[in-house]
Amino acid sequence: MVASPSSLRVYRGILKELRAMQGQNYKQSLAYNYVTDQFRKNQVTGERYCRAQQEALHASQTYLCLLASSRNHQALHNFYHAKGERNAEDVAGMVGLRLPTQPGGKGWEK
Amino acid sequence: MFRSLARLHHQFGNALSLCKRRTNHHHFSCSLKYSSVATERKRFYQDVTISQGEGGLFEINLDRRKLKTPGGKLLTLPNEALAIAVATEWDAQRDSLKFYAMHLTTLCNTALDNPTQRNEDQMISAALKFLETDTVCYRVEEPYGLVDLQKNEWDPVLQWIENRYDVTIGSSSSIMGPDISQTTKDTFYQHLKSYNFWSLTGLEYVIAQLKSVVLSLGMIDRYLSVEQAVLLSRLEEEYQIQCWGNVEWAHDYDMYELRARTAAGALFVHLSSEGSTVKRKILQD
Repeated sequence: MVASPSSLRVYRGILKELRAMQGQNYKQSLAYNYVTDQFRKNQVTGERYCRAQQEALHASQTYLCLLASSRNHQALHNFYHAKGERNAEDVAGMVGLRLPTQPGGKGWEK
Repeated sequence: MFRSLARLHHQFGNALSLCKRRTNHHHFSCSLKYSSVATERKRFYQDVTISQGEGGLFEINLDRRKLKTPGGKLLTLPNEALAIAVATEWDAQRDSLKFYAMHLTTLCNTALDNPTQRNEDQMISAALKFLETDTVCYRVEEPYGLVDLQKNEWDPVLQWIENRYDVTIGSSSSIMGPDISQTTKDTFYQHLKSYNFWSLTGLEYVIAQLKSVVLSLGMIDRYLSVEQAVLLSRLEEEYQIQCWGNVEWAHDYDMYELRARTAAGALFVHLSSEGSTVKRKILQD
């Protein structure tokens, strides 16, 4: 009557992802209730090799992969690709130069 | 609940509230979320809930307004699981809405709007066209490490699909690729005919992501997991990473994106093509 170890791991993984996504009150979310419900329903089966159980396990692994990889992708994006351009002063400073200043303003500027 | 409220108002002929609700609806359908691509859309709703409407189809509600597709149709989902997954996607957005990260929503929109106006036959033939340039069938001749890797990893999948569908798909190292016989194509055509339109949309998406019909069918038939399918699709890249090193902001970034899209497509196909019932049996002691 116990869930197999891999299904337990998948279940915990999904809960972790939901908590990371939604914060503190993840237990009230629709997804949490549905996932818990499904795992409970598929726990007990009369067959030795229950196809519905295997299908549900594969579907849950797929969903876990979706949540985890979306989160990782977003994290990598924010870390590497989200900063935008540096401004001209910083860029010049990176190679040890400084932007020229013209105290009276450039001729064509007002 | 929203629909019964509408019926109540209509019955009592409360003109003001009816007008107000209608203008609210009208205003919402005018300000289509997806229209402004250049500016960032901020999250404008607090709660995401699902409700069951007419015909047993599920709808997504953002606060109190119903979610629509970019084509203006109401977003209706065939079952509760898919509705909850889409609602979770919308609920996961913080501050700004990142439409490029909402893969399930995009798939639902495509299935409902059908922007390229294709019917099922066209989709099946487009999907099977990938078979001629299937990743798993294209082999290199050198470096030998990669040749062995391809043989060890891809041959079992080819074996499996040949057994499962009783077809022959060879592998080839020439530039022309393998010769796919007409009987093979017909077998796959018959198999794909059994999928409904939504599942075909998802399946075509997965095939386009993985660049392989064999790997996609392997994953849909639950022979491969998503991670395995993505690994096999990116086999040469993984080989090069082992030789030359991993670049996180390119390799991992691409891998996670491919995993997310493929997982979304696979989940979409599974949820669109199955129904489930719970049969309660009594334990007999």
